[in-house]
Amino acid sequence: MGGLTPKYVLRRVGMWLLTIWLGATIIFVIPRLAPGDPVAAMVSRLTAQSGYVENSAQMIEAWRARFGLDGPWYVQYYNYLRSVLTLDLGFSLASFPSRVDEMIAQALPWTLGLLTIAVIISFFVGNLVGALMAWRRTPGWIRAFLPATLTFTSIPFFMLGILLIYLFAFGLRWFPPSGAYGRGLEIGFNWPFIKSVIYYGTLPAISIVVTSMGFWALGMRGMMITNDGEDYMILAEAKGLAPQRVFWSYGVRNSILPQVTALALSLGGIAGGSTLVEYIFAYPGMGYLLYLGIVNTDYTLIQGIVFILIAGTSTAVLLLDLLYPLIDPRITYSKG
Amino acid sequence: MTVSATHTVGDLESSAKNRNVVLDIRNLKVYYATPTGNVRAVDDVSFQVYESEIIGLVGESGCGKTTTAMAILRLVQPPGRITGGQILLDGTDLASLHGQALRDVRWNQMALIPQGAMNSLNPVMKINRQIADAIEAHEGRQPAKELKERIINLLATVGLPSRVYGMYPHELSGGMKQRACIAMAIALHPSLVIADEPTSALDVVVQRVVGETLLDVKERLGVSMIVIGHDMGLMAQLVDRLAVMYAGRMVEIAPVETVFHEPLHPYTQLLIESIPSIKQRKPLKLTEGLTHDLRNPPPGCIFQLRCPHVTDICREVNPPLRELRSRHFVACHLYE
Repeated sequence: MGGLTPKYVLRRVGMWLLTIWLGATIIFVIPRLAPGDPVAAMVSRLTAQSGYVENSAQMIEAWRARFGLDGPWYVQYYNYLRSVLTLDLGFSLASFPSRVDEMIAQALPWTLGLLTIAVIISFFVGNLVGALMAWRRTPGWIRAFLPATLTFTSIPFFMLGILLIYLFAFGLRWFPPSGAYGRGLEIGFNWPFIKSVIYYGTLPAISIVVTSMGFWALGMRGMMITNDGEDYMILAEAKGLAPQRVFWSYGVRNSILPQVTALALSLGGIAGGSTLVEYIFAYPGMGYLLYLGIVNTDYTLIQGIVFILIAGTSTAVLLLDLLYPLIDPRITYSKG
Repeated sequence: MTVSATHTVGDLESSAKNRNVVLDIRNLKVYYATPTGNVRAVDDVSFQVYESEIIGLVGESGCGKTTTAMAILRLVQPPGRITGGQILLDGTDLASLHGQALRDVRWNQMALIPQGAMNSLNPVMKINRQIADAIEAHEGRQPAKELKERIINLLATVGLPSRVYGMYPHELSGGMKQRACIAMAIALHPSLVIADEPTSALDVVVQRVVGETLLDVKERLGVSMIVIGHDMGLMAQLVDRLAVMYAGRMVEIAPVETVFHEPLHPYTQLLIESIPSIKQRKPLKLTEGLTHDLRNPPPGCIFQLRCPHVTDICREVNPPLRELRSRHFVACHLYE
């Protein structure tokens, strides 16, 4: 039964392409429905700054041509789709000669590195905490200590970030308050640089792990409690299995299934960055870039980031669809 | 299945004298703590199970038969608690065992066949792994080849093909799952197997197959069984003796023939009369809703509120379970 039939894979990949196409189209349509003309708005901003701009009408025309806004909508749409497919996201409106794809290419590795590690740590620690909270045999001292770890969940991201910077960067001076790596280091695959990246990434990572851990822990706790009432848990105990075996192979193994779905979705969302954390720590990732795009009303940049976010999430969902049968044998492709 | 029909009372008596007592339950009490007082789920229950005997435990829902079974397996879940009595299995008092000593007894000496519902097997584990789990928990790591052979033999014993070895629970029908559970239960040759409603949720044909499998296993391995159930038809076919529980107490124990032909306790009489016949339609006599509050049983007999023969003494003195005739135990004032 089951197995990755070609038909199933094709359908999933088809769904993936459809999602990305729909996302791209929505990104294309929405700004064009919005009132106002971004180029005119930009030129008038220039006018406001320098008092008078010569040939403003020609300038608007030239910029329109440059951004491909002069043709009819279907030509624009065709050009847009073609460039999106080649990951050509065009020029940034606010910092003109820079290209959006280059800006994203610079920011993406930082975000992926920081958030992937933080989310995965948070996933493992959070699920373990949740599972232990629900388990009847958890020793009393752990049980007493666990809920305290979750109180941090109710502190917002940014508050905890500021608190951490205050304590560990300004107070104890253990970690740097901002940035992603030390100055004067050669960027590349060398040990001093990697060490510096880990050093700079610690505080932002901690603030993400600590504040998102509770989400995993509470979900896991609920699943474990539901699962504990199942007959196979009673049978596992009746079999005289060691408590650890019952906990891992029967309890956690079954409770983790919905959590994995949520993990895939949040890993997909990572591409969009964590705006607040990156802003507070001045971390040069996608979230910080999105913040800059919003502040500078840089539509093309925002569009680019949203597109990457859509592509990331739908890719994660695709991978989840293809990998899920490995962790839950009940999912088969026969019904597709 | 004509096994029970060939039994005569004389047969059973003569064989019983030579039989050893495998399980001896003395004055077992299981109470569930609630904010408004203890629910006496099992109250002062005593009975014996002999070697290679099947004893049926019957009574209406909530009468304490499953709680009794769970107490024997030491699987009573909080807020339930064994508050008194002894559970002697091969001379060891299970009620006083804890931790590793208890895990050693489990499955080695007593096994559980859970209800024939969907959830008694771990959904993400193959059948072979679940049986191997039980074996390896008690006998340590086994050579892969011998283990496989042993599991396939076990499956063959209950009439399952060897392909079941590598299958997941959801790929099996209800009857196959139940037989896989029986195979698992006899993996370590326990002296006692408890089957908790082994045929509920199965259709009649499959019920018969499962019943025959149980009987076959008993004949071949000589294990003692406690079969819990509502199905009086199945009981008539399967068990040697029948124990009738009402509101947490044992009201009658006798060879199955005797219970069907000469039930002495008024509750047993009503129970036997209420068995629906496929030959004729008759009104159901037993009515719901007249039971007392289990937290606060009235003085005297527990069946007084529903008993058609109730007298003054029933309201004052609780009748003890006495051997009224040879091997026929009844707790009722009518026969004094």
